[in-house]
Amino acid sequence: MNPKEMIARRVARELHDGDVVNLGIGLPTMVSNFVPEGVDITFQSENGMLNLGPAPKEEDIDMDLTNAGGQPVTMGTAGVCFDSATSFGIIRGGHVDATILGSLQVDEEGSIANWIIPGKMVPGMGGAMDLLVGAKKVIIAMTHTSRGKVKILKNCTLPYTAVKQVNMIVTELGVMEITDEGIKLLEIAPDVTVEQIQEVTEPTLIISETLKTMEF
Amino acid sequence: MKNKLVSIADFVESIPNGASIMVGGFMNVGTPIGIIDEMLKTDVKDLTIICNDAGYPEEGVGKLIAAGKVKKLIASHIGLNPVAGQKMAAEELEVELVPQGTLAERILSAGKGLGGFYTPTGVGTIVEEGKEVKEINGVTYILELPLKADFAILLGNKVDKKGNIVYRLTTQNFNPLMATAATTVCVEAKELVEVGTLDPDKVHTQHIFIDYIVGGETA
Repeated sequence: MNPKEMIARRVARELHDGDVVNLGIGLPTMVSNFVPEGVDITFQSENGMLNLGPAPKEEDIDMDLTNAGGQPVTMGTAGVCFDSATSFGIIRGGHVDATILGSLQVDEEGSIANWIIPGKMVPGMGGAMDLLVGAKKVIIAMTHTSRGKVKILKNCTLPYTAVKQVNMIVTELGVMEITDEGIKLLEIAPDVTVEQIQEVTEPTLIISETLKTMEF
Repeated sequence: MKNKLVSIADFVESIPNGASIMVGGFMNVGTPIGIIDEMLKTDVKDLTIICNDAGYPEEGVGKLIAAGKVKKLIASHIGLNPVAGQKMAAEELEVELVPQGTLAERILSAGKGLGGFYTPTGVGTIVEEGKEVKEINGVTYILELPLKADFAILLGNKVDKKGNIVYRLTTQNFNPLMATAATTVCVEAKELVEVGTLDPDKVHTQHIFIDYIVGGETA
């Protein structure tokens, strides 16, 4: 199993029956493929839709029905569409149970940087700043490092997308929770040691007394 | 009844250099591409474009940017348009990035006659810089101000001849907000219908907001 699939599978297990969930573009989008059977999730798409379904078959593509990446999607039962102000009212108003986003950096306090690399890449924040402050639970789904560079830091070095909003980080190496004391390692991937995960994580991890092996 | 139906060329001719224009759509979904294509045929320039995103280089708003007609872009995202990024880096295009929800609400504030709103979005980030910060019931907020424009150009799926608009699926996005927040509002109708044929309970944008109607397969 490739690392991204491992991450998406593990994140999917965090979702609860009845949750309203917004998935970011890229790896987080994969999470919808692995929702456990019997768990009913309402996916929200910030371009103005509830009950987002999977990608359509070629012959069913309707370019008036897209996700926030502009890709064609389908609509599940009871699906509805609305304007962008209503969509962000849903997001900021606390009506989204969980958002799953990728990131460039996350720090010990749960602050996150994922919208700009000054002088290099300026994609913009899109809806990420609103989602981070509005969603009840923020789960970061990302590879633990990027081309050998550490992404879980004591303090983000890139400009913040939001301050102290992240609740959980899921990588191919483990599952971590942001606590008042720091980052707590709750689960560790099979065949990975605590020393190995610490080596690629800047802040000192607090090891859970009930540390478990990650299941996918 | 005032005739709001005009040719696309006549409407586009009324846009002066330096105008600010809100453009409906999200990654080109719900974007009035007929009006944009007509603008490309003219010399209009130095525009300020307010749109969710910069689209793609070869589509929608991205075409106006690629053609060098845009002086300033106010958007939430430009990541899928490398041309916009290059022009920004070369200082040929000024870009103001606004969180998507804040952009929507700033437009709505202007349309609703409000002086702005306090939002938690962007607290502690670059977005907060230069803005009033206020604590209300223990939560920190930023004051964001209304955003207006000279023009708004929209895409409607079904539009009656008085200007009532019904959008389809996710083409709605910023269109109904922008309809309320510009001095002159023009809708490009995918389908033009007779007055009285739209279900009044299903109209998204009310006709009083619309000044001009263009296009339409049956127009």
